[in-house]
Formats: sequence, structure tokens, C-alpha cells
Amino acid sequence: MHNHYHRVLSLATVLAFLALWSWAAMVVGNKVILPTVSEVADLLSRPTEDLLSMGSLLTNITVSLLRVLLGYMVAVIIAIPLGVAMGYYSAVHTMFGDFLNLFRPIPPLAWVPLVMAWFGIASLADLFGVDRGLWFIYLNNFKYSMVFIIFIGAFYPVLTSSIHGVRNVNRVFIDTARVLGAGEFDIFRKILLPAALPSMVNGMRIGLGVAWMCLVSAEMLPGSISGVGYLITHAYTMASTDIVVAGMFTIGLTGAIMDWLFRRIERRCFSWQRLAR
Amino acid sequence: MNQIVHINDVSKSFVTERGLAVSALEKANLEIYRGEFVCIVGPSGCGKSTLLRIISGLERSDTGQTTYNDRRLEQPHRDVGMVFQEYSVLPWRTVLDNVCLGLEFLREKKATRVEIAMHYLGLVGMARFAEAFPYELSGGMRQRVAIARALATDPQVLLMDEPFGALDAHTRILMQKELLRIWRETQKTVILVTHSVDEAVYLADRIVVMTARPGKIREVIDVGLEHPRDRSNPKYARMTARILDTLEEEVVAAGEF
Repeated sequence: MHNHYHRVLSLATVLAFLALWSWAAMVVGNKVILPTVSEVADLLSRPTEDLLSMGSLLTNITVSLLRVLLGYMVAVIIAIPLGVAMGYYSAVHTMFGDFLNLFRPIPPLAWVPLVMAWFGIASLADLFGVDRGLWFIYLNNFKYSMVFIIFIGAFYPVLTSSIHGVRNVNRVFIDTARVLGAGEFDIFRKILLPAALPSMVNGMRIGLGVAWMCLVSAEMLPGSISGVGYLITHAYTMASTDIVVAGMFTIGLTGAIMDWLFRRIERRCFSWQRLAR
Repeated sequence: MNQIVHINDVSKSFVTERGLAVSALEKANLEIYRGEFVCIVGPSGCGKSTLLRIISGLERSDTGQTTYNDRRLEQPHRDVGMVFQEYSVLPWRTVLDNVCLGLEFLREKKATRVEIAMHYLGLVGMARFAEAFPYELSGGMRQRVAIARALATDPQVLLMDEPFGALDAHTRILMQKELLRIWRETQKTVILVTHSVDEAVYLADRIVVMTARPGKIREVIDVGLEHPRDRSNPKYARMTARILDTLEEEVVAAGEF
């Protein structure tokens, strides 16, 4: 009953927004400035249809998603061990702390010129030495430059939450393990990792959100020939604002679904943390 | 009786965050005999927990030495177990898995781990909560699990750092009885730090009274009362009152109240 009430409330906000949008679109009366709800809904209802000969919404979102996951995975693989080491050993923290903090405030987008100079339009296709055929088309979608920008975006939230997670591990858990004869690796695997995991997963969720947002800027880089970000910028130059909005909506929806999945995992796996309070 | 732990001229000082050196323990000497129950009482900050941490091998003394069966204790030793004041039960593990922890570090096989853990859970009266998570348990139950976990690796000496400090008065008295029963059944040597004089008089064979900072051992008292002890026994009351007077003297002399 209560749940039902909440659902109605949250749906009401969405409906009110759509109504406001419809009304504004009617007043404006120019689909280049503000497309109508139905035009966008029409595009969204046919996600597999080719748009402006740049592929369908679905293909573009898939390409974008794979890109994000690639850069994101690299970030997670580096940030988690580094974060654990920095959280546990103060020497490692001293070594990297200030150094990494220097780079933290630089927005991922500010890296673009430098990254372009480094990698140009090189992609995974170059890494694997493929220069033609179907695989070239696939692999060429994964430019180093994009992966790097996404990496930068996702790296810091994951790193910070790993450090934080390990630092906040109750000392008494570590002492307990020591007295019971645990070695360093035992402590890492059976105490630090499980104790810090909720914080790490929270950081991974935030990192994925940031990575997803970095995507549009990454896909605006020259050499990109697909992806939702590219679709949006290209649609803009063609004055197809309805495609821009449909692309934006797709980005929002995909991001929200990923976030929701992460929250589900957090609720499922870390109920001990919520209930321990 | 034969000596099991020997504390010889042990001193320890700390440097505070503001850079002040604080002497926590000064030239402590103590002999612990096999199978006895020793309680350490003293004003807060007298270094009684520090002494316990040194015996456990978690901390090193600056000078002097601690030996177990004539071998120096410099790092955690298999034969010395510990129960902490704070809830040290791992919240992400079930009760059974918590008790298995030390056995995992000893690389015991899974079946053996479960068998041993269930035995000790039975001993502390927690067998039917084996699959429960710590958040489902009361404070007293969590400390029972912590005791079972410390016993599971079969140490000879059990160190307890204010194990019932966080419990309410009633649970505390019940846990004291339980601890005496477990002590009798397992025949371990127990060294228990407490700030409750009553608890010390109720439990201990000998009570070590420490001075205010820097902590020294002021006196060692043989309790000499039969178990189970009766709190209404005049001897019990006299002993409690005398130790409380000593502690008051210490606190007043140090001007730390």
C-alpha cells in the first residue's frame, strides 16, 4: 500500500515533466529548438532503425557501453589494488597520495588535446594488428584516446573509496586476525577485502556513473565514427534535435539501469553492513 | 605450580599525536602459572591493556621481555589467544565462519574446521546460532562467539581485554559465571583485564593491582575464596573495598579524576 503510494508519487513527477515539455514544445512550435514528446517517443520506439546513416540507437548505445566498460575495467583493475595498498600502508600513501591529488582536479575533458597528441586515432585494431575486415570495424571503435578519458573519469572515485574503505576497517578486526596467526596475505584476503568491499562497490558505482558521463566527451573526439555521443553531436550539426533528445534519453536510461543494478548488488551482498548498525 | 608466562622488567612508552612521550608501563614484573585465573585491575590509562597487548605479541615492549614457556614472545603465538573489549566478531561472517577464522589461518581442512568450531560453539552455548549473523545477536552472545573463536585454535593462555566492558550489568554477571565454567572445563590459563574490582574479585585466583600512569604493578593479591563465590560473603566485600581504596589512592595521588 505504502509502496504503491510511492510509485504513484514518483510517476506523477515524470508525467508532470512530460506535460510541461509538451506544452513548451507547442508554444515554441519549432522542432529544431524543442522537438515534441511524440517525435522523440517515436524515435525511441524504433531503436533498431538506422538514423542519419550512422547506425541505429541500439548499435550506437552498444558501442558506447562496450567502450565505457573497457575504460572502466582498466580503471577498476588499477584503482582497487592501488587503493588497498594506499589505505593499508602509509608509506604507499605517502608515495602516491600527493602525486595523484595533483591530477585529481583536472577534468577528464582537459586531457583531450594531450591524449589526441599521444594516441591520435590509434585503436585496439592497431594493438591486435588488424587493418581490414569485420574485426577492424569492431576493434577500430575502441580508440585509445576514448578509453583513456573514460579511465581518468572512473579512476578517482574507485581509488578514493578503496582507500577510504581500507582505512576505516576496524583495527580490532586486524588485531584479531593477527593474534589468530594470520599472515599479511590472510589479512588482505579475509579481513581488508571483505570489510572494505561495500565501500569499494559504492565507489565502483559512482565511478561507472562518471565514466558514462565522460563518454559523450570521449565520443566527440575526432576519429570517432559511432557511439551515442557521436550520434548526438552529429545529429546536432544536422539540426535533428529529436535525435539529440532521443540520444540523451538513451544515455540517461542506460546509466540509470547500470546504477540500479549496482544498488541491487549492494543490497543483496552487503546486508550485513546495513543491518550491523 | 609451573610458570607459563613470565613478564620481566617490561616498559613501554608511546608518542602522542602532539609529540609527547607518554610512559604507559614501567618495569612490570609478573609471573603467571599454568591454569590460573589472573585479573589485572588499575586506574584507566594505567597500561593494563598495553601489558596484555605485549603478552599477545601485538605490541613490543621497549625494554624487558615476555616469555611463554621460557621462549620469548615477540609476535603473536599460537598458544596465546585473545578476546577484545570491542565487538571483534566479523560482521560479514556467520557465527560458525567467525569461529573458523583462526583455523583457516592454520590451514585446517574445511571438515575439521567445522567440527572444531561446532565443538567450541557448543561449549559457549551458541551451537544453535551457528548460521546466524552477528547483527542478529546480543552483545553477550557476540562475546561468547569471540570466546569460542579464541578457544578454537586451542591456545594455552587466553588473554581477555575487558571482555564484558560493553555489556549491561545483568548480562555481565551471567557472562562471568559462564566464563568460570568455560575456564574449568578447558583448564586454560586466563589473564583478564578489567576496570571492575567486583569482577576481579569474583573471577580471579590472583588480582594484579596497578598504579596510575606510568603503570607499575603495585601489588598482587591472592583471593583465596572458594568458587562459586558469594558476593554477600563479608570476606568478599572486605577484599573489594580494600582494592577500591587502593585504586582511589592511586587516582587521587595522580590527580587524574
